[in-house]
Amino acid sequence: MASESELNAGIEDGVRRRDFINIAAVSFAGVGAVAVVLPLVNQMNPSADVLALSTTEIDVSAIQPGQAIKTSWRKQPVFVRNLVEKEIAEAKAVPLSDLRDPQTIDERTKPGKENWLITLGVCTHLGCVPLGAAEGENKGDFGGYFCPCHGSHYDTAARIRKGPAPTNLVVPPYEFTSDTVVTIG
Amino acid sequence: MSFPWAKPYEPKHPLMKWMDEKLPIPRLVYNATGPGYPVPRNLNYFWNFGVLAGAALMIQIITGIVLAMHYAANVGVAFNSVEHIMRDVNAGWFIRYAHMNGASMFFIVVYLHIFRGLYYGSYKAPREMVWLLGVVIFLLMMATAFMGYVLPWGQMSFWGAQVITGFFSAIPLVGEPVRQWLLGGFVPDNATLNRFFSLHYLLPFVILGVIILHIWALHIPGSNNPTGIEVKDEQDTVPFHPYYTAKDGFGLGVFLLVFVALTFFSPNMLGHADNYIPANSLSTPAHIVPEWYFLPFYAILKAFTFNFLWIDAKLWGVIAMFASIALLFFLPWLDSSPVKSSTYRPLYRIFFWVLVADVLLLGWCGMQPAEQPWVILSQLGAIYYFAHFLVILPIVSRIERPLPMPNSITEAVLAKHAPDAASGPAAA
Repeated sequence: MASESELNAGIEDGVRRRDFINIAAVSFAGVGAVAVVLPLVNQMNPSADVLALSTTEIDVSAIQPGQAIKTSWRKQPVFVRNLVEKEIAEAKAVPLSDLRDPQTIDERTKPGKENWLITLGVCTHLGCVPLGAAEGENKGDFGGYFCPCHGSHYDTAARIRKGPAPTNLVVPPYEFTSDTVVTIG
Repeated sequence: MSFPWAKPYEPKHPLMKWMDEKLPIPRLVYNATGPGYPVPRNLNYFWNFGVLAGAALMIQIITGIVLAMHYAANVGVAFNSVEHIMRDVNAGWFIRYAHMNGASMFFIVVYLHIFRGLYYGSYKAPREMVWLLGVVIFLLMMATAFMGYVLPWGQMSFWGAQVITGFFSAIPLVGEPVRQWLLGGFVPDNATLNRFFSLHYLLPFVILGVIILHIWALHIPGSNNPTGIEVKDEQDTVPFHPYYTAKDGFGLGVFLLVFVALTFFSPNMLGHADNYIPANSLSTPAHIVPEWYFLPFYAILKAFTFNFLWIDAKLWGVIAMFASIALLFFLPWLDSSPVKSSTYRPLYRIFFWVLVADVLLLGWCGMQPAEQPWVILSQLGAIYYFAHFLVILPIVSRIERPLPMPNSITEAVLAKHAPDAASGPAAA
C-alpha cells in the first residue's frame, strides 16, 4: 500500500501521480473504443460486390433522333437521348446566367457526339426517376425531363430550370468505345 | 418520488414479504400504477392516450416478432414472403394487417397525446424532461415506422427509402457519402433492406427503454391535469388503482374497438395500393406520398421550391422539415407563461386551434402533387407553423392576461359540479 505521502508526491503543483494514471488509462481505453467503432461504422459503406458492378455497355445504334432509352448503371437508371438539332439549339440559346447550375451543353456531351445526351435518370432533388425518356411522357416546361415527385423541370441538356432540385442531372463517366457503343463507368 | 400521503406498500403474505426483500417488483408496481401512486382527481379522457400508446407499442412488438418468424429480408424474396404471410401462413393476414394498422393506431394515439400536452401545457416546468423524452420517442417512432414500411419491398417501400435517404444527400460536402453509407450502395438494395430490418427490430426496444425514462420522469412531479394547477394536498388526488386503471381500461376498450374495426373492415384504407407492386428501381410511381402520419412534415419539405439566400431549395426543405420537429425540443422555453392549461389562457387557446388547423392543412397539402395551389398553401402553412412557435407563442405568453384561476384542483372540481356554479371559474 502506498502511503499518504507517496500518493501526494508532487501535489504542490495540484496534480497527483494518480491523476496522471487516471487520464492515461481513460485515454488508452478511449483510443481502443474508437478503434473498435471504426470497423462497425465502415461495415455500412457499399461492399466490394456492390462497388464491382461499375461498368455498363450500351449499343446506341437503334436510338433514332428525338428518342431516348432508359438503361441502368450501378443499379441506377441512365437516360441515353439522341437529341435533334432543334433541342441542341434550344439548349445553346439559354444564357448561362439563367441557370441554377451553369453548364453548357458542350460540357455535358462528348466532342463530335453533341447529339448524345447521357445522364443518370436520378433527380438530384430526392432521387426519383424523372419522366421524359419514354415516348409520350411529360417532358416538363423545358422539353427535357420532368420529375413528378416534387416538380423539378429539366431542359434539353438535362439542366435544372425550375423546381427544388439543386443541380443538373448527373453526367456519368462514359466514353464511346466505337461509333455506336458507349461504356459507362 | 410521490406525495407524502401515498399509501405505503405493506405486503401481508409471507411469500410477498420474502419477494419484497429479494426483488421488490411488486412494490415498484404498487407505487407506480397501484394504490401507492396518487394522481390528480380531475383527469379527463385525454389522459388515456399515454397508456394507449404503451398498449399500441406492445401490440406492435408482439405482432412484429411473429411476423419476423415468416418474413425474409432479401430483395429477391422479401415481397413474396409478405405475400406468403398474407396467403399461406395461418392467420398471417390478420397478424400483418394488425401490424400495419397498429402502426397507424400508434401514431393516432401519440398525436392525441401530443395534442393533450400542447393544450394543457404539460410540457412546462416541472415536466420539461417528460416532454423532451417524449419528443425523442416521437423521433424514434418515425424512424422505426419508416424502416418498417421499407420491408415489404414494394414500390412505395423502395421509393420511400430512396427519397428519405435522399434527405441526407442535401448536407453540403459529405451528403452523398453519408447517403451511400446509410444505403450501403448507390440505390436502396439488399444491404439497405437487411440493415433496415435489423434496425426495425431493434428500435422498438429502444423506444421501450425511453418510455421507461419518460414515465420515471413523469412520476417525479406526477401528472398534470386539466386545470394545470399543481396538486396541493391529499384531497386533490385519488389513488391510481382502482380509479385510473378503470378509466384507462375503458379507454383501452374503445381503442381496441376502433383498431379491430380498421383491421377487419378497412385494412388498406391508410396504405397505398402502389406498395402491392414489387419494387422497380427504374420506375418511380406517378404519385409518391409517404404514410399519412408524415404528411404535414412532407408538405413542409415540399414547400421549398426555390433557392433562397445562399442555400439551395433542397437543403432548405430538408432543414425546415427536421427543424419543424426539432423545434418541439425548445417548446418549454418558447412558452414563458406560467399558466399551463388553455382553459385559463384565452389568447393562447385561439392560436392553439389555428395551429391544429394549420397542421391539418399541411397534412392535406402533403398528399397533393407538387402543383399550384398546393405549393403556395404548403408555403403559407409552413410559414405559419414556424411563426406559431417562434413568434406568436413567445409574444402571447408575455402579453396574455390569464383568466382567474381556482386555488386548487379540488376547488375547480367542486365549482364545476356545484348546483349553482355561478361563482366558480368558467369550465372550458
